[in-house]
Amino acid sequence: MTELYQTQRAMRNIRRAALQRGVIGILDIGTSKISCLVLKFDGTGTFRETDGVGPMAGQANFRVIGAASTRSRGLRCGEIETMAETERAIRTVVTAAQKVAGVRVDHVIACLSGGRPASYGLAGEIVLESGKVAEHDVASVLAACDAPDFGRGREVIHAQPVNFAVDNRSGLADPRDHVGNRLACDMHVLTVDGDVVANVVQCIRRCDLELAGIASASYASARASLVEDEQELGAACIDFGGGGTAVSIFIKKHMIFADNVRIGGNLVTQDIAQGLRVPLPVAERLKTLNGGVEATGRDDREMIEVGGETGDWESDRRTVSRADIIGVMRPRIEEILENVRQVLDAAGFDFMPSQQIVLTGGGSQVPGLDGLAARILGPNIRCGRPLRIDGLAHQLTDPSFSSAVGLALFAAHPQDEWWDFEMPAEAYPARSLRRAYRWFRNNW
Amino acid sequence: MPVVIDHRPPRQPERPGQPRPRRDPAPSRLKYRLQRMWLTPLYRRMVRVGVPAFLIALTAGLWLSDADRRGALTGGVTALVDRVQSREEFQVRMMTVEGASPVVDKALRAMLPVDLPASSFAIDLTALRLQVIQLDVIEAIDLRIKPGGILSAVVTERQPALLWRHARGIEILDRTGHRVASVTSREVRPDLPLVAGEGADLATAEALELIDAAGPILPRLRGLVRRGERRWDVVLDHGQRIMLPESNAVIALEAAIALHRAQDMLGRDISAVDLRDPSRPLLRLGIDARNTIRQARGEPLLGPDGTILEDEQKGG
Repeated sequence: MTELYQTQRAMRNIRRAALQRGVIGILDIGTSKISCLVLKFDGTGTFRETDGVGPMAGQANFRVIGAASTRSRGLRCGEIETMAETERAIRTVVTAAQKVAGVRVDHVIACLSGGRPASYGLAGEIVLESGKVAEHDVASVLAACDAPDFGRGREVIHAQPVNFAVDNRSGLADPRDHVGNRLACDMHVLTVDGDVVANVVQCIRRCDLELAGIASASYASARASLVEDEQELGAACIDFGGGGTAVSIFIKKHMIFADNVRIGGNLVTQDIAQGLRVPLPVAERLKTLNGGVEATGRDDREMIEVGGETGDWESDRRTVSRADIIGVMRPRIEEILENVRQVLDAAGFDFMPSQQIVLTGGGSQVPGLDGLAARILGPNIRCGRPLRIDGLAHQLTDPSFSSAVGLALFAAHPQDEWWDFEMPAEAYPARSLRRAYRWFRNNW
Repeated sequence: MPVVIDHRPPRQPERPGQPRPRRDPAPSRLKYRLQRMWLTPLYRRMVRVGVPAFLIALTAGLWLSDADRRGALTGGVTALVDRVQSREEFQVRMMTVEGASPVVDKALRAMLPVDLPASSFAIDLTALRLQVIQLDVIEAIDLRIKPGGILSAVVTERQPALLWRHARGIEILDRTGHRVASVTSREVRPDLPLVAGEGADLATAEALELIDAAGPILPRLRGLVRRGERRWDVVLDHGQRIMLPESNAVIALEAAIALHRAQDMLGRDISAVDLRDPSRPLLRLGIDARNTIRQARGEPLLGPDGTILEDEQKGG
């Protein structure tokens, strides 16, 4: 557990040092697009009421001064496949965002959509010697959470204490100064494949940037697209991405579960390309402009020119009806939703007090998706757009940017303040001078 | 007829107007690094300000390091300044003096440091004015260069009011007691009243009042004498004098004139009227009057120097 403590504190310190510089970059490395936001932390609330951005969610201490997005290259299922290609894409987007912002970005916070995330719920319990929860008791209970064997090469990227309980009073957000005999803590830990993280780190380092923090894409998109009540009462966020579909469950403003379904929008495009025998760019265009999941009688009559440059007149003059496209897309989307259903069932979402489900991500823009999802996932469905943040251009506020916006919110409010408490004295080496110092401080 | 027939479409000539679309939108690593370097504030400031400033300074320094070029530069600048200053528009051709007597006019023209015509840049009006104002006869002067190349001097001269005789000679004073000029003798200005004594120039206003008040005895007035730098004596002919008090001298003089009118006091043999104490006016009789009284009393007579003469009948 000491290692977890040290890595979490180190990550927190790196991010705080980067925030001290005032300018930080947000890099959302997705399978279909890479977007970069440049945030300026000036401390003052510079939002204007005329922009329609109120002091919402207390995120008014930063503003976006540059934003860009580009087509992603060299990624598959949210994992870096060809590092040089990904590096070029990152260079493209960082160059464009820096040009808009007019400042140089040195530190970036990146998000990781693949890497086979695995959620663990840890529990820890200590006996309160003084009969009251002091700060070092909080640190002790965090350290007392017994970590299971995560497996070889797994890295913890999120570790958040979700719930504290003193004696039998559970559901405490802040247990300090509570009187009791026993302090228990539930912690949610998200691990990903270490090699995937290392690839991202290497790729960002090759772009002369420093990685100031890393977050899971499912966590980030839920931060942006779930409203505050949903985060408090409990909701699931489903982010339809290009290479994978991220699922995360929030309650009491903390993520308690995250997983990734490795089927995404790219597979739908591939289906269209195979089923209608069109090139991939054409398939992507058909999916984006004419896609859907609910066919009506009118869709049979709506003929779409496929076009082409093959030189074969017959092939280039083909037309497909919209119903054809829907017929190809719908089974694949149903399969995605079925997989999401399985993930939610595995997480025990049925036992949650609130059954709210929020669809976001680029794939959620398919018309009629909410109706289809309501049939498979449950009745409380809505399509979520990311929170408006200060200075973000209007065309960057559609659902596909929710993980970038969520990363910006994560940079401002990382929800890992509990790791600020000093490590318990027992974790230090036995003859350490600091251990003696900690012991004196805790006992006098 | 060629052996092999080419069925491929004719090769499209490259249109020069449209550049070929770039395959890779990503910047090269060098370009990326250069852009990031350019966005560094320090580097940016150095390139945009520091390097041009350094280049300019370096070029100027190298060019000026040669003495000939430095000389040519300064010579050129001087010649340019000269050429501008000696333009026709800046030439001053004549000097007009208004309100000055011929002597002062001549002195003013002599004081001008340059020979006309000269450039107006060569005439320092402030210095010239300070120099001219040191002439005692000039009270105020308005010097200006008028359009048309005229140096105009409007002079206000001091008006002579008094002659002051002192140990070093005779001077003409104006009403405020400021020196106007020196004269060699009283006869040069017989129209001006005469004052004498140390500090007489500090009380010219009172002296002029006394002379105005003298009225009927003015024809007999020889002048005023300042005594001890505090009070006046009015000196009349025949050696008579009226000693006036320090304060209210005019009233005392009017009182003496009233006595003179009533009883012809000053027509008698009186050498001095002492009004220094207003409550106790004194008359000093002349030798003849005193001898007449002494003779009537049978006392020995007095000599012209005031000593008692030896009785000739007794002594003889």
